[in-house]
Amino acid sequence: MSMMNQGRPSAPGAVAPAHLAPTVTGNKALMLEEPLIFENGSVDVTGVDLEAVPAHKSRLAGLERSAPIGLPGLAEGEAVRHYTRLSRQNYGIDLGLFPLGSCTMKHNPRLNEKMARLPGFGDVHPLQPQDTVQGAFELIHRLAHWLKTLTNMPAVAMTPKAGAHGELCGILAIRAALEARGDARKVVLVPESAHGTNPATAAFCGYEVESIPANARGRVDTDALIARLGPDVAAVMITNPNTCGLFEPDMKRISDAVHAAGAYVYCDGANFNAIVGRVRPGDLGVDAMHINLHKTFSTPHGGGGPGSGPVVFSEALAPYAPIPFVVEEEAAPGIRGADNRRFHLIEEETANAEHHENSFGRLSAFHGQMGMFVRALAYIESHGADGLRQVAEDAVLNANYILRSLDDVMSAPFGASGPCMHEALFDDSYLKDSGITTLDVAKAMIDEGFHPMTMYFPLVVHGAMLIEPTETESRGRLDQFIEAMRALAAAAKSGDTTRFATAPHFAPRSRLDETRAARTPILAWKPATDERQAAE
Amino acid sequence: MRYLPLTPEDRQAMLAKVGATSIDELFVDVPAEARLSAPIEGLPFHKPEMLVERELTRMANRNMAAGQYPFFIGAGAYRHHVPASVDHLIQRGEFLTSYTPYQPEIAQGTLQYLFEFQTQVARLLGMDVANASMYDGSTAMTEAIFMARRITRRGTTRISAGVHPQYISAAQTLCRFTGDKLVIGEPDLAGGNPGDDIARLIAGIDSDTSAVIVQNPNIFGHVADLSELAAAAHASGALLIVVVTEIVSLGAIRSPGEMGADIVVGEGQSLGVGLQFGGPHLGLFACNQKHVRQMPGRLCGETLDADGRRGFVLTLSTREQHIRREKATSNICTNSGLMSLAFTIHMTLLGEKGLRHLAELNHARACETADKLAAIPGVKLLTQRFFNEFAIEIPVPARQAVRDMAEMGVLGGVSAARLYPGHPEMDRVLILAVTETVSAADIDALVRALSEVVSK
Repeated sequence: MSMMNQGRPSAPGAVAPAHLAPTVTGNKALMLEEPLIFENGSVDVTGVDLEAVPAHKSRLAGLERSAPIGLPGLAEGEAVRHYTRLSRQNYGIDLGLFPLGSCTMKHNPRLNEKMARLPGFGDVHPLQPQDTVQGAFELIHRLAHWLKTLTNMPAVAMTPKAGAHGELCGILAIRAALEARGDARKVVLVPESAHGTNPATAAFCGYEVESIPANARGRVDTDALIARLGPDVAAVMITNPNTCGLFEPDMKRISDAVHAAGAYVYCDGANFNAIVGRVRPGDLGVDAMHINLHKTFSTPHGGGGPGSGPVVFSEALAPYAPIPFVVEEEAAPGIRGADNRRFHLIEEETANAEHHENSFGRLSAFHGQMGMFVRALAYIESHGADGLRQVAEDAVLNANYILRSLDDVMSAPFGASGPCMHEALFDDSYLKDSGITTLDVAKAMIDEGFHPMTMYFPLVVHGAMLIEPTETESRGRLDQFIEAMRALAAAAKSGDTTRFATAPHFAPRSRLDETRAARTPILAWKPATDERQAAE
Repeated sequence: MRYLPLTPEDRQAMLAKVGATSIDELFVDVPAEARLSAPIEGLPFHKPEMLVERELTRMANRNMAAGQYPFFIGAGAYRHHVPASVDHLIQRGEFLTSYTPYQPEIAQGTLQYLFEFQTQVARLLGMDVANASMYDGSTAMTEAIFMARRITRRGTTRISAGVHPQYISAAQTLCRFTGDKLVIGEPDLAGGNPGDDIARLIAGIDSDTSAVIVQNPNIFGHVADLSELAAAAHASGALLIVVVTEIVSLGAIRSPGEMGADIVVGEGQSLGVGLQFGGPHLGLFACNQKHVRQMPGRLCGETLDADGRRGFVLTLSTREQHIRREKATSNICTNSGLMSLAFTIHMTLLGEKGLRHLAELNHARACETADKLAAIPGVKLLTQRFFNEFAIEIPVPARQAVRDMAEMGVLGGVSAARLYPGHPEMDRVLILAVTETVSAADIDALVRALSEVVSK
């Protein structure tokens, strides 16, 4: 593959394909350039055969679309080739280590894909009569049971569509609970190390956001947080384990203080994969927490989505959870067997009648990300309670192994404060005076055949490099990665700036001009003639 | 455990490297009272692949899969034939197991298809710019309300009675907290085109109206000309937001952009994605160039690399939460990347020629079905101008009729009462969608089942 160059020289000069004479076609061996479909497709070509249209009298009454739309087609073979060629310009977990901190790029088991494509899950309509989708409800109910038990929380909202949507769900429940007691609090406290979605969510729900500083050990400044609590504070949003890859040891103390002040604790569960099976957030006083099924439970990230972000709730917030949700009916006497379990959906129509009149409402059409539920449940049932605990342990062990294998040549700002959780955080102080930046290191990692780590996040350290290996990497893979990172650190120290400044040298593209893209945005393809006319 | 590559020897050696004698030492920051010393009780242990497959297959088999029965359900999710190559291509690991393209040099595959997707969606909807997708149509509509408020700085949104009730319900949830005022039309079944309240919407536009929202075709299938509404909204400084839940309709009917829409949101599930029991689906979001900086969600743009070659990057991210935090246009982060890939592949396979053919085929099948149902004594066709979905009134409660037809092996539409709780006038209204997947035999089976149900 074009990017997997481990084992061959990757210093510029040793091999420099980007600077060889261009070929006539633009293609080099297996590195294939591919035009846009608007350049190689035609509006007169189709890759789909359809039945003939029977005679009918149109009911569109003058609203027919007559003007050209401009949608080119490709015959099937050409379409397959187009997307296959594009796919080869991408890096994915299937190709190698993808240590993107906070994103949890672990192996995506293919059983899960197969299960999600069973017609009984993939080819079922959300508004079918409820009697005809009992197995779908059973699956949702089973997954909900796992999530509640793993977190020791009494309720779960399954419908949020991603992590940020889950945050929205949690903060809305908090706001509904406060309004129910006539308490119009205005402020949400968010640690400065939080994901950007946290302050964005709180602001989206109409709250003022105040930032809480981190301490010198990479944790929330507990005293500052507790000192800020008061009758105007609605909630505290804490990420635990936090974005520095560290567990918040004061979590219970913080929760107790927050509750004593009449507010609620929202936990960003993006990093639940580090503690699943070892710690239950419900034991730490959490009131609401979203779980990214696409992180902890390995549903594929798919180039940016889809996600799924169920939210577990404490007793205090459970009555405000959104509709719809699945409930199990009491079994009729004498009826046994899994296939006789009966479920139904609580939605707008039935919420009041079934004592869920305090629900804050609906978050989206239909019942949530079913395709992700199937994959997550397949993952969970495959691991079991024992395997999930091992997941957390191996994820944490792998991250600590990286931390302690690199902290002598790179700089780990919180390395002295003890072990990390599932990700290892470095800053750029080891690059001081080298003229090399975190961005340069990231791009040089591409030449070594690895996806870069998360860069410049969290914001609390300078030039952050956040490395999350996940539990599905073997020791051999980690050693290879460590060796590459040590070599890069040595090259930086020796002043080998050319290796960094123009990296990547072996990727399908060299560095892309993001400033140009933002200054004059081109967000859709236009034919070249239009461009010429516009320029005139 | 088949997914965990570390051996016990690896773990010992690695613990030694990190200076710990046991794994517990790595969890030292967890307070003692919250540490679990063993796997959580009451949950099963790990299972072989075969047994997981057996258990999930058992659950799947409890459901009536749409493809195995005559199927006429729509109301926001439509069953279309998806070419086999779509699912093959989206399962390529380079697409499936990649992340948001934050490192564009090794994500040109994702970025180029997003650029193609944005262009296709913009053209389909008749707009200048589309983003790289939202969660689904309903959440996209709520975001459009907020975007219109940011542009107009006005507080009221007027929503047509023909907008999908669950879309309205989702908007109401958030607007209750953000203070955005929603004025929602009452569905009217009289007059031959249910949910067609354009005259009332025009009359209601005032100086505080930020936007007017209509769905086309609407929840009852009715297709409207929105040009007058657009003109009236613009004359008062308001925006027209159009919702499209059946994207295939745009192969046959004039686009929202051609009718004057300012923002178009939609559900793209019809192409490539499938039913999925409601998710993951694909939120579409498009607007005109002048409003692009108020748009939510990711955008892909064209640029050059250091060697002067064309390439693509995520752009205008100063709108987004990871840069702007509490000042972002939305909190959205994850989108529906893989679903947008499925959509764009299906669209490329169809091309304009195939899309128009597909739309015409849907329309023809729907016309045939409507005519046959209207011929059943006691059944009245409510929607006169439709694409592939329409409402009928039947002489018995529709909710029970739907259940009875399911018993006969026909998935015969959605009862409007399920979508409109508290509206007794909806009790006998049935909404049916007819796509190219419906055969002549399916239509006959539906006619037989409904005839029997209404004659009870």
